Amino acid sequence: MNYSWNWGVLFQSTGIGDSTYLHWILAGLGWLLVIAIVAWSIAMLLGSILGIMRTLPSKTARTIGTAYVTIFRNVPLLIQLFIWFYVVPNFLPAPIKSWWMNDLGAHTSALISASIGLGLFTAARVCEQVRTGIEALPRGQINAGYAMGFSTAQLYRYVILPQSFRTILPPLSSELTNCVKNTSVASLVGVAEIISQMKTISEYTQNTIEIYTIVTVIFIVINICLIQGMNLLEKRLRVPGLIAGEK
Amino acid sequence: MLGYRDSSIPFSYIADTPNQPVGYAHDLQLKVVEALKQKLEMPDLKIRYNLVTSQNRIPLVSNGTVDLECGSTTNNQERQQQVAFSVGFFQVGSRLLTAKDSGIQDFADLKGKKLVTTAGTTSERYIRQHEKELGIGEIISAKDHAESFLMLQSGRAAAFMMDDILLAGEKSKATDPDKWVIVGTAPIQEIYGCMLRKGDAEFKQVVDDAIKATYSSGEINQMYNKWFQQPIPPKNINLNFEMSDQLKDLIANPHDRDQ
Repeated sequence: MNYSWNWGVLFQSTGIGDSTYLHWILAGLGWLLVIAIVAWSIAMLLGSILGIMRTLPSKTARTIGTAYVTIFRNVPLLIQLFIWFYVVPNFLPAPIKSWWMNDLGAHTSALISASIGLGLFTAARVCEQVRTGIEALPRGQINAGYAMGFSTAQLYRYVILPQSFRTILPPLSSELTNCVKNTSVASLVGVAEIISQMKTISEYTQNTIEIYTIVTVIFIVINICLIQGMNLLEKRLRVPGLIAGEK
Repeated sequence: MLGYRDSSIPFSYIADTPNQPVGYAHDLQLKVVEALKQKLEMPDLKIRYNLVTSQNRIPLVSNGTVDLECGSTTNNQERQQQVAFSVGFFQVGSRLLTAKDSGIQDFADLKGKKLVTTAGTTSERYIRQHEKELGIGEIISAKDHAESFLMLQSGRAAAFMMDDILLAGEKSKATDPDKWVIVGTAPIQEIYGCMLRKGDAEFKQVVDDAIKATYSSGEINQMYNKWFQQPIPPKNINLNFEMSDQLKDLIANPHDRDQ
Protein backbone atom coordinates (compact mmCIF):
# COMPACT_ATOMS: atom_id res chain seq x y z
CA MET A 1 0.00 0.00 0.00
CA ASN A 2 1.19 3.41 -0.99
CA TYR A 3 0.75 5.14 2.34
CA SER A 4 3.15 7.44 4.16
CA TRP A 5 2.85 6.93 7.89
CA ASN A 6 3.07 9.70 10.43
CA TRP A 7 2.35 8.58 13.97
CA GLY A 8 3.47 11.91 15.40
CA VAL A 9 0.44 13.60 13.89
CA LEU A 10 -1.02 14.54 17.28
CA PHE A 11 1.96 16.70 18.11
CA GLN A 12 1.78 18.73 14.94
CA SER A 13 0.66 22.32 15.20
CA THR A 14 -2.86 23.02 13.94
CA GLY A 15 -1.69 26.39 12.70
CA ILE A 16 -4.27 28.09 14.93
CA GLY A 17 -2.65 29.85 17.87
CA ASP A 18 -0.09 27.51 19.42
CA SER A 19 -2.38 24.51 19.74
CA THR A 20 -1.52 21.04 18.48
CA TYR A 21 -3.94 18.38 17.27
CA LEU A 22 -3.60 16.80 20.69
CA HIS A 23 -5.52 19.76 22.12
CA TRP A 24 -8.35 19.08 19.69
CA ILE A 25 -8.47 15.42 20.63
CA LEU A 26 -8.52 16.33 24.34
CA ALA A 27 -11.27 18.90 23.76
CA GLY A 28 -13.21 16.22 21.89
CA LEU A 29 -12.62 13.77 24.71
CA GLY A 30 -13.96 16.35 27.17
CA TRP A 31 -17.23 16.75 25.24
CA LEU A 32 -17.49 12.97 24.93
CA LEU A 33 -17.31 12.66 28.72
CA VAL A 34 -19.85 15.46 29.23
CA ILE A 35 -22.37 13.76 26.94
CA ALA A 36 -21.69 10.33 28.40
CA ILE A 37 -22.07 11.48 32.02
CA VAL A 38 -25.23 13.51 31.44
CA ALA A 39 -26.78 10.80 29.28
CA TRP A 40 -25.89 8.04 31.74
CA SER A 41 -27.36 9.97 34.66
CA ILE A 42 -30.62 10.47 32.78
CA ALA A 43 -30.60 6.83 31.71
CA MET A 44 -30.03 5.42 35.21
CA LEU A 45 -32.62 7.62 36.86
CA LEU A 46 -35.35 7.32 34.26
CA GLY A 47 -34.49 3.71 33.41
CA SER A 48 -34.79 2.62 37.06
CA ILE A 49 -38.13 4.39 37.50
CA LEU A 50 -39.53 2.91 34.29
CA GLY A 51 -38.12 -0.54 35.06
CA ILE A 52 -39.84 -0.52 38.45
CA MET A 53 -43.04 0.74 36.84
CA ARG A 54 -43.05 -2.24 34.50
CA THR A 55 -43.18 -4.63 37.47
CA LEU A 56 -45.70 -2.77 39.66
CA PRO A 57 -49.16 -4.19 40.30
CA SER A 58 -50.71 -1.05 38.73
CA LYS A 59 -51.76 -1.62 35.12
CA THR A 60 -51.37 2.06 34.13
CA ALA A 61 -47.77 2.13 35.37
CA ARG A 62 -46.96 -1.04 33.45
CA THR A 63 -48.53 0.32 30.25
CA ILE A 64 -46.56 3.57 30.45
CA GLY A 65 -43.30 1.64 30.97
CA THR A 66 -44.03 -0.73 28.10
CA ALA A 67 -44.99 2.09 25.73
CA TYR A 68 -41.80 4.00 26.53
CA VAL A 69 -39.59 1.00 25.88
CA THR A 70 -41.42 0.14 22.66
CA ILE A 71 -40.88 3.61 21.25
CA PHE A 72 -37.37 4.40 22.43
CA ARG A 73 -35.86 0.99 21.90
CA ASN A 74 -37.21 0.47 18.40
CA VAL A 75 -36.31 3.79 16.76
CA PRO A 76 -32.69 4.13 15.58
CA LEU A 77 -30.59 6.34 17.85
CA LEU A 78 -29.57 8.60 14.98
CA ILE A 79 -33.19 9.35 14.11
CA GLN A 80 -33.94 10.08 17.76
CA LEU A 81 -31.10 12.60 17.91
CA PHE A 82 -32.27 14.25 14.70
CA ILE A 83 -35.76 14.53 16.19
CA TRP A 84 -34.43 16.15 19.38
CA PHE A 85 -32.18 18.51 17.48
CA TYR A 86 -34.20 19.50 14.42
CA VAL A 87 -37.84 18.77 15.14
CA VAL A 88 -38.59 19.24 18.84
CA PRO A 89 -37.22 22.83 19.14
CA ASN A 90 -39.79 23.95 16.56
CA PHE A 91 -42.60 22.96 18.89
CA LEU A 92 -41.29 24.83 21.92
CA PRO A 93 -43.23 27.91 23.12
CA ALA A 94 -42.12 31.03 21.19
CA PRO A 95 -39.94 32.70 23.87
CA ILE A 96 -38.08 29.47 24.71
CA LYS A 97 -37.73 28.68 21.04
CA SER A 98 -36.16 32.06 20.28
CA TRP A 99 -33.77 31.69 23.22
CA TRP A 100 -32.85 28.19 22.07
CA MET A 101 -32.32 29.19 18.43
CA ASN A 102 -30.65 32.57 18.88
CA ASP A 103 -29.08 33.11 22.30
CA LEU A 104 -27.82 29.63 22.89
CA GLY A 105 -24.82 28.83 20.72
CA ALA A 106 -25.31 26.25 18.01
CA HIS A 107 -22.84 23.99 19.74
CA THR A 108 -24.54 24.19 23.15
CA SER A 109 -27.97 23.40 21.74
CA ALA A 110 -26.52 20.44 19.85
CA LEU A 111 -24.78 19.26 23.02
CA ILE A 112 -27.99 19.42 25.07
CA SER A 113 -30.04 17.69 22.37
CA ALA A 114 -27.48 14.94 22.02
CA SER A 115 -27.17 14.33 25.78
CA ILE A 116 -30.93 14.18 26.29
CA GLY A 117 -31.46 12.06 23.20
CA LEU A 118 -28.81 9.54 24.16
CA GLY A 119 -30.03 9.53 27.79
CA LEU A 120 -33.61 8.75 26.82
CA PHE A 121 -32.51 6.07 24.38
CA THR A 122 -30.28 4.38 26.94
CA ALA A 123 -33.03 4.69 29.59
CA ALA A 124 -35.18 2.27 27.59
CA ARG A 125 -32.40 -0.29 27.68
CA VAL A 126 -31.63 0.25 31.38
CA CYS A 127 -35.37 -0.06 32.06
CA GLU A 128 -35.45 -3.54 30.55
CA GLN A 129 -32.50 -4.63 32.64
CA VAL A 130 -34.00 -3.32 35.85
CA ARG A 131 -37.21 -5.16 34.98
CA THR A 132 -35.41 -8.48 34.34
CA GLY A 133 -33.43 -7.98 37.54
CA ILE A 134 -36.64 -7.66 39.52
CA GLU A 135 -38.39 -10.51 37.72
CA ALA A 136 -35.43 -12.80 38.31
CA LEU A 137 -36.13 -12.76 42.04
CA PRO A 138 -38.12 -15.74 43.34
CA ARG A 139 -41.81 -14.90 43.52
CA GLY A 140 -41.83 -16.24 47.08
CA GLN A 141 -39.78 -13.30 48.35
CA ILE A 142 -42.44 -10.84 47.23
CA ASN A 143 -45.20 -12.89 48.80
CA ALA A 144 -43.18 -13.21 51.95
CA GLY A 145 -42.67 -9.46 52.03
CA TYR A 146 -46.39 -8.79 51.75
CA ALA A 147 -47.05 -11.45 54.39
CA MET A 148 -44.72 -9.62 56.76
CA GLY A 149 -46.91 -6.54 56.31
CA PHE A 150 -44.60 -4.50 54.01
CA SER A 151 -46.27 -1.95 51.76
CA THR A 152 -45.30 -2.13 48.07
CA ALA A 153 -42.93 0.81 48.52
CA GLN A 154 -41.22 -0.82 51.50
CA LEU A 155 -41.05 -4.12 49.66
CA TYR A 156 -39.17 -2.54 46.76
CA ARG A 157 -36.94 -0.45 49.01
CA TYR A 158 -35.88 -3.16 51.45
CA VAL A 159 -36.32 -6.48 49.64
CA ILE A 160 -36.42 -6.25 45.86
CA LEU A 161 -34.19 -3.40 44.70
CA PRO A 162 -31.09 -4.13 46.83
CA GLN A 163 -30.98 -7.61 45.36
CA SER A 164 -32.00 -6.87 41.78
CA PHE A 165 -29.51 -4.01 41.31
CA ARG A 166 -26.74 -6.36 42.40
CA THR A 167 -27.94 -8.95 39.90
CA ILE A 168 -27.94 -6.57 36.96
CA LEU A 169 -24.56 -4.95 37.57
CA PRO A 170 -22.80 -7.00 34.86
CA PRO A 171 -25.27 -6.14 32.06
CA LEU A 172 -25.29 -2.55 33.29
CA SER A 173 -21.53 -2.35 32.70
CA SER A 174 -22.11 -3.35 29.09
CA GLU A 175 -24.79 -0.72 28.83
CA LEU A 176 -22.42 1.89 30.22
CA THR A 177 -19.77 1.07 27.62
CA ASN A 178 -22.49 1.20 24.94
CA CYS A 179 -23.48 4.62 26.19
CA VAL A 180 -19.89 5.85 25.84
CA LYS A 181 -19.58 4.44 22.34
CA ASN A 182 -22.93 5.85 21.27
CA THR A 183 -21.77 9.40 22.02
CA SER A 184 -20.08 9.23 18.63
CA VAL A 185 -23.50 9.73 17.04
CA ALA A 186 -23.53 13.24 18.54
CA SER A 187 -20.97 14.30 15.94
CA LEU A 188 -23.78 14.07 13.39
CA VAL A 189 -25.82 16.83 15.01
CA GLY A 190 -22.73 19.02 15.21
CA VAL A 191 -21.15 18.43 18.63
CA ALA A 192 -17.37 18.81 18.43
CA GLU A 193 -16.75 15.58 20.31
CA ILE A 194 -13.93 13.19 19.63
CA ILE A 195 -15.31 11.66 16.44
CA SER A 196 -15.91 15.01 14.81
CA GLN A 197 -12.42 16.16 15.84
CA MET A 198 -11.06 12.95 14.38
CA LYS A 199 -12.77 13.63 11.05
CA THR A 200 -11.47 17.21 10.95
CA ILE A 201 -7.91 16.20 11.80
CA SER A 202 -8.03 13.44 9.22
CA GLU A 203 -9.26 15.98 6.65
CA TYR A 204 -6.52 18.48 7.51
CA THR A 205 -3.56 16.12 7.80
CA GLN A 206 -4.63 13.17 5.63
CA ASN A 207 -3.13 10.82 8.23
CA THR A 208 -6.46 9.03 8.35
CA ILE A 209 -5.32 5.60 9.50
CA GLU A 210 -3.18 6.96 12.32
CA ILE A 211 -5.82 9.25 13.76
CA TYR A 212 -8.59 6.63 13.54
CA THR A 213 -6.33 4.17 15.33
CA ILE A 214 -5.54 6.65 18.10
CA VAL A 215 -9.22 7.40 18.68
CA THR A 216 -10.03 3.68 18.70
CA VAL A 217 -7.41 3.13 21.37
CA ILE A 218 -8.86 6.01 23.42
CA PHE A 219 -12.31 4.39 23.33
CA ILE A 220 -10.87 1.03 24.35
CA VAL A 221 -8.98 2.59 27.26
CA ILE A 222 -12.03 4.50 28.54
CA ASN A 223 -14.20 1.40 28.38
CA ILE A 224 -11.64 -0.86 30.03
CA CYS A 225 -11.39 1.63 32.90
CA LEU A 226 -15.18 1.71 33.22
CA ILE A 227 -15.45 -2.07 33.22
CA GLN A 228 -12.71 -2.36 35.83
CA GLY A 229 -14.57 0.17 37.96
CA MET A 230 -17.81 -1.75 37.60
CA ASN A 231 -16.06 -5.04 38.47
CA LEU A 232 -14.72 -3.43 41.60
CA LEU A 233 -18.21 -2.23 42.47
CA GLU A 234 -19.55 -5.75 41.91
CA LYS A 235 -16.97 -7.16 44.31
CA ARG A 236 -17.65 -4.53 46.95
CA LEU A 237 -21.41 -5.06 46.84
CA ARG A 238 -21.30 -8.84 46.65
CA VAL A 239 -23.57 -10.59 49.14
CA PRO A 240 -22.34 -14.15 49.78
CA GLY A 241 -24.91 -16.79 48.93
CA LEU A 242 -26.97 -14.63 46.57
CA ILE A 243 -27.29 -14.84 42.77
CA ALA A 244 -24.41 -12.49 41.98
CA GLY A 245 -22.69 -13.29 45.20
CA GLU A 246 -20.91 -16.61 44.70
CA LYS A 247 -17.24 -16.66 45.38
CA MET B 1 -12.16 1.66 -11.38
CA LEU B 2 -13.35 5.25 -11.36
CA GLY B 3 -14.17 7.14 -8.19
CA TYR B 4 -17.11 9.54 -8.22
CA ARG B 5 -18.98 11.75 -5.77
CA ASP B 6 -22.71 11.76 -5.16
CA SER B 7 -23.28 15.46 -4.58
CA SER B 8 -20.32 17.54 -5.71
CA ILE B 9 -22.40 19.68 -8.05
CA PRO B 10 -21.46 20.38 -10.85
CA PHE B 11 -18.19 18.42 -10.73
CA SER B 12 -19.29 14.85 -10.10
CA TYR B 13 -22.73 13.93 -8.85
CA ILE B 14 -25.74 11.72 -9.31
CA ALA B 15 -28.53 13.45 -11.20
CA ASP B 16 -31.23 11.13 -12.49
CA THR B 17 -29.77 7.66 -12.88
CA PRO B 18 -28.43 5.82 -9.83
CA ASN B 19 -24.75 4.82 -10.08
CA GLN B 20 -24.25 6.98 -13.16
CA PRO B 21 -22.32 10.10 -12.23
CA VAL B 22 -22.45 13.23 -14.37
CA GLY B 23 -20.56 16.51 -14.17
CA TYR B 24 -17.65 18.60 -15.37
CA ALA B 25 -14.98 16.52 -13.63
CA HIS B 26 -16.71 13.33 -14.70
CA ASP B 27 -16.61 14.43 -18.36
CA LEU B 28 -12.86 14.93 -18.00
CA GLN B 29 -12.61 11.51 -16.37
CA LEU B 30 -14.31 9.97 -19.42
CA LYS B 31 -11.81 11.75 -21.69
CA VAL B 32 -9.06 9.99 -19.76
CA VAL B 33 -10.82 6.65 -20.24
CA GLU B 34 -10.99 7.30 -24.02
CA ALA B 35 -7.27 8.05 -24.05
CA LEU B 36 -6.53 4.88 -22.06
CA LYS B 37 -8.52 2.75 -24.52
CA GLN B 38 -6.41 4.08 -27.38
CA LYS B 39 -3.16 3.81 -25.53
CA LEU B 40 -3.76 0.23 -24.41
CA GLU B 41 -5.51 -0.69 -27.68
CA MET B 42 -8.39 -2.09 -25.69
CA PRO B 43 -11.53 -0.57 -27.22
CA ASP B 44 -13.81 -2.47 -24.84
CA LEU B 45 -11.94 -1.62 -21.66
CA LYS B 46 -14.51 -2.02 -18.89
CA ILE B 47 -15.01 0.76 -16.44
CA ARG B 48 -16.57 0.39 -13.04
CA TYR B 49 -17.69 3.10 -10.68
CA ASN B 50 -17.00 3.39 -6.99
CA LEU B 51 -18.73 6.06 -4.91
CA VAL B 52 -16.29 7.94 -2.68
CA THR B 53 -16.86 10.49 0.07
CA SER B 54 -14.63 13.28 1.26
CA GLN B 55 -13.55 11.03 4.14
CA ASN B 56 -12.65 7.88 2.28
CA ARG B 57 -11.51 9.15 -1.12
CA ILE B 58 -7.81 9.41 -0.26
CA PRO B 59 -7.46 6.02 1.50
CA LEU B 60 -9.32 4.38 -1.41
CA VAL B 61 -7.00 5.89 -4.01
CA SER B 62 -3.84 5.22 -2.02
CA ASN B 63 -4.73 1.56 -1.39
CA GLY B 64 -5.58 0.98 -5.05
CA THR B 65 -9.35 0.37 -4.80
CA VAL B 66 -9.96 3.40 -7.00
CA ASP B 67 -7.67 4.12 -9.94
CA LEU B 68 -8.82 7.61 -10.79
CA GLU B 69 -10.96 10.01 -8.79
CA CYS B 70 -12.20 13.18 -10.46
CA GLY B 71 -14.53 15.16 -8.24
CA SER B 72 -13.86 18.22 -6.18
CA THR B 73 -10.59 17.29 -4.52
CA THR B 74 -8.22 20.11 -3.68
CA ASN B 75 -4.60 19.50 -4.50
CA ASN B 76 -2.56 20.32 -1.37
CA GLN B 77 0.72 19.41 0.27
CA GLU B 78 -0.72 17.05 2.89
CA ARG B 79 -2.56 15.06 0.24
CA GLN B 80 0.47 14.89 -2.00
CA GLN B 81 2.06 12.76 0.74
CA GLN B 82 -0.56 10.08 0.06
CA VAL B 83 -1.63 10.39 -3.59
CA ALA B 84 -0.63 11.94 -6.92
CA PHE B 85 -2.62 14.67 -8.66
CA SER B 86 -3.27 15.28 -12.34
CA VAL B 87 -2.94 18.73 -13.83
CA GLY B 88 -5.51 21.04 -12.23
CA PHE B 89 -8.91 21.43 -13.89
CA PHE B 90 -10.56 24.03 -11.70
CA GLN B 91 -9.57 26.81 -9.36
CA VAL B 92 -11.60 28.03 -6.43
CA GLY B 93 -11.17 30.91 -4.02
CA SER B 94 -12.71 31.24 -0.57
CA ARG B 95 -15.11 34.19 -0.60
CA LEU B 96 -18.13 35.44 1.28
CA LEU B 97 -21.82 34.97 0.65
CA THR B 98 -23.89 37.69 2.26
CA ALA B 99 -27.15 39.56 1.91
CA LYS B 100 -27.02 42.34 -0.70
CA ASP B 101 -27.94 44.96 1.90
CA SER B 102 -25.55 43.73 4.64
CA GLY B 103 -22.87 46.31 3.78
CA ILE B 104 -20.17 43.62 3.76
CA GLN B 105 -17.84 44.08 0.80
CA ASP B 106 -14.74 42.21 1.86
CA PHE B 107 -13.10 40.33 4.72
CA ALA B 108 -12.17 43.64 6.39
CA ASP B 109 -15.88 44.39 6.91
CA LEU B 110 -16.33 41.34 9.15
CA LYS B 111 -15.14 43.23 12.24
CA GLY B 112 -17.47 42.37 15.14
CA LYS B 113 -19.76 40.34 12.88
CA LYS B 114 -20.74 36.70 13.06
CA LEU B 115 -19.37 34.49 10.33
CA VAL B 116 -20.41 30.95 9.49
CA THR B 117 -18.32 28.38 7.68
CA THR B 118 -18.45 24.62 7.26
CA ALA B 119 -16.54 22.44 9.73
CA GLY B 120 -13.47 20.61 8.47
CA THR B 121 -12.88 22.79 5.41
CA THR B 122 -9.81 24.81 4.43
CA SER B 123 -11.93 27.95 4.79
CA GLU B 124 -12.56 27.13 8.43
CA ARG B 125 -8.89 26.55 9.00
CA TYR B 126 -7.89 29.81 7.35
CA ILE B 127 -10.43 31.97 9.12
CA ARG B 128 -9.65 30.55 12.54
CA GLN B 129 -5.99 31.32 11.94
CA HIS B 130 -6.86 34.91 11.09
CA GLU B 131 -9.77 35.42 13.48
CA LYS B 132 -7.95 37.88 15.73
CA GLU B 133 -6.38 40.11 13.11
CA LEU B 134 -9.70 40.46 11.27
CA GLY B 135 -11.50 41.16 14.56
CA ILE B 136 -14.37 38.79 13.73
CA GLY B 137 -17.08 38.71 16.39
CA GLU B 138 -17.77 34.99 16.31
CA ILE B 139 -17.04 32.07 14.01
CA ILE B 140 -19.71 29.41 13.78
CA SER B 141 -18.79 26.03 12.31
CA ALA B 142 -21.78 24.36 10.73
CA LYS B 143 -21.64 20.71 9.85
CA ASP B 144 -22.40 21.02 6.13
CA HIS B 145 -22.87 23.67 3.46
CA ALA B 146 -26.65 23.50 3.57
CA GLU B 147 -26.62 24.14 7.32
CA SER B 148 -24.14 26.99 6.93
CA PHE B 149 -26.43 28.64 4.40
CA LEU B 150 -29.39 28.09 6.73
CA MET B 151 -27.49 29.95 9.47
CA LEU B 152 -26.97 32.82 7.06
CA GLN B 153 -30.59 32.84 5.90
CA SER B 154 -31.96 32.73 9.44
CA GLY B 155 -29.76 35.67 10.42
CA ARG B 156 -27.62 33.77 12.91
CA ALA B 157 -24.58 34.78 10.83
CA ALA B 158 -23.91 37.86 8.71
CA ALA B 159 -21.77 36.08 6.13
CA PHE B 160 -20.91 32.57 4.98
CA MET B 161 -17.31 31.88 3.98
CA MET B 162 -16.67 29.03 1.55
CA ASP B 163 -15.24 28.13 -1.85
CA ASP B 164 -16.89 30.48 -4.36
CA ILE B 165 -18.26 27.71 -6.58
CA LEU B 166 -19.96 26.06 -3.60
CA LEU B 167 -21.42 29.42 -2.58
CA ALA B 168 -22.78 29.83 -6.11
CA GLY B 169 -24.34 26.37 -5.77
CA GLU B 170 -26.01 27.19 -2.44
CA LYS B 171 -27.15 30.56 -3.77
CA SER B 172 -28.76 29.00 -6.84
CA LYS B 173 -30.75 26.66 -4.62
CA ALA B 174 -32.19 29.48 -2.51
CA THR B 175 -35.79 30.56 -2.94
CA ASP B 176 -34.64 34.13 -3.61
CA PRO B 177 -31.17 33.87 -5.22
CA ASP B 178 -31.15 37.61 -6.03
CA LYS B 179 -31.10 38.55 -2.37
CA TRP B 180 -27.62 37.09 -1.93
CA VAL B 181 -24.29 38.17 -3.32
CA ILE B 182 -20.77 36.71 -3.35
CA VAL B 183 -18.17 39.30 -2.32
CA GLY B 184 -14.55 39.68 -1.25
CA THR B 185 -11.11 38.99 -2.64
CA ALA B 186 -10.22 35.38 -2.05
CA PRO B 187 -7.38 35.12 0.50
CA ILE B 188 -6.74 31.51 -0.46
CA GLN B 189 -6.87 29.84 -3.83
CA GLU B 190 -7.16 26.12 -4.31
CA ILE B 191 -6.80 23.96 -7.37
CA TYR B 192 -8.92 20.88 -7.98
CA GLY B 193 -7.24 17.92 -9.66
CA CYS B 194 -7.95 14.27 -10.38
CA MET B 195 -6.36 11.89 -7.86
CA LEU B 196 -4.45 8.79 -8.78
CA ARG B 197 -2.05 6.52 -6.93
CA LYS B 198 1.48 7.67 -6.29
CA GLY B 199 4.46 6.40 -8.21
CA ASP B 200 2.69 5.40 -11.44
CA ALA B 201 4.30 7.88 -13.82
CA GLU B 202 3.03 6.16 -16.95
CA PHE B 203 -0.61 6.33 -15.86
CA LYS B 204 -0.20 9.93 -14.73
CA GLN B 205 1.17 10.80 -18.15
CA VAL B 206 -1.93 9.41 -19.87
CA VAL B 207 -4.24 11.26 -17.46
CA ASP B 208 -2.39 14.57 -17.83
CA ASP B 209 -2.18 14.31 -21.61
CA ALA B 210 -5.88 13.57 -21.94
CA ILE B 211 -6.82 16.58 -19.82
CA LYS B 212 -4.30 18.85 -21.53
CA ALA B 213 -5.65 17.79 -24.93
CA THR B 214 -9.05 19.26 -24.04
CA TYR B 215 -7.28 22.48 -23.02
CA SER B 216 -5.26 22.88 -26.21
CA SER B 217 -8.20 22.00 -28.47
CA GLY B 218 -10.45 24.48 -26.69
CA GLU B 219 -12.94 21.71 -25.99
CA ILE B 220 -12.69 22.62 -22.31
CA ASN B 221 -14.62 25.81 -23.00
CA GLN B 222 -17.69 23.93 -24.20
CA MET B 223 -17.42 21.61 -21.21
CA TYR B 224 -17.15 24.56 -18.86
CA ASN B 225 -20.05 26.31 -20.50
CA LYS B 226 -22.20 23.17 -20.32
CA TRP B 227 -21.77 22.75 -16.55
CA PHE B 228 -21.30 26.28 -15.23
CA GLN B 229 -23.32 28.55 -17.47
CA GLN B 230 -26.25 26.43 -18.63
CA PRO B 231 -29.09 24.83 -16.70
CA ILE B 232 -27.87 21.48 -15.37
CA PRO B 233 -29.77 18.40 -14.19
CA PRO B 234 -31.55 17.36 -12.05
CA LYS B 235 -33.36 20.62 -11.29
CA ASN B 236 -32.22 22.68 -14.26
CA ILE B 237 -30.50 25.21 -12.09
CA ASN B 238 -28.07 27.55 -13.80
CA LEU B 239 -25.01 28.30 -11.67
CA ASN B 240 -24.13 31.37 -13.78
CA PHE B 241 -20.52 31.05 -12.80
CA GLU B 242 -18.10 32.77 -15.12
CA MET B 243 -14.67 31.32 -15.75
CA SER B 244 -12.23 33.11 -13.44
CA ASP B 245 -8.99 34.65 -14.67
CA GLN B 246 -7.10 32.18 -12.51
CA LEU B 247 -8.76 29.25 -14.24
CA LYS B 248 -8.02 30.79 -17.65
CA ASP B 249 -4.37 30.97 -16.60
CA LEU B 250 -4.43 27.38 -15.41
CA ILE B 251 -5.85 26.21 -18.73
CA ALA B 252 -3.28 28.20 -20.66
CA ASN B 253 -0.42 26.84 -18.50
CA PRO B 254 -1.55 23.53 -17.02
CA HIS B 255 0.38 22.28 -13.98
CA ASP B 256 -0.09 19.85 -11.06
CA ARG B 257 1.24 22.03 -8.23
CA ASP B 258 -0.95 22.99 -5.30
CA GLN B 259 -0.75 26.73 -6.09
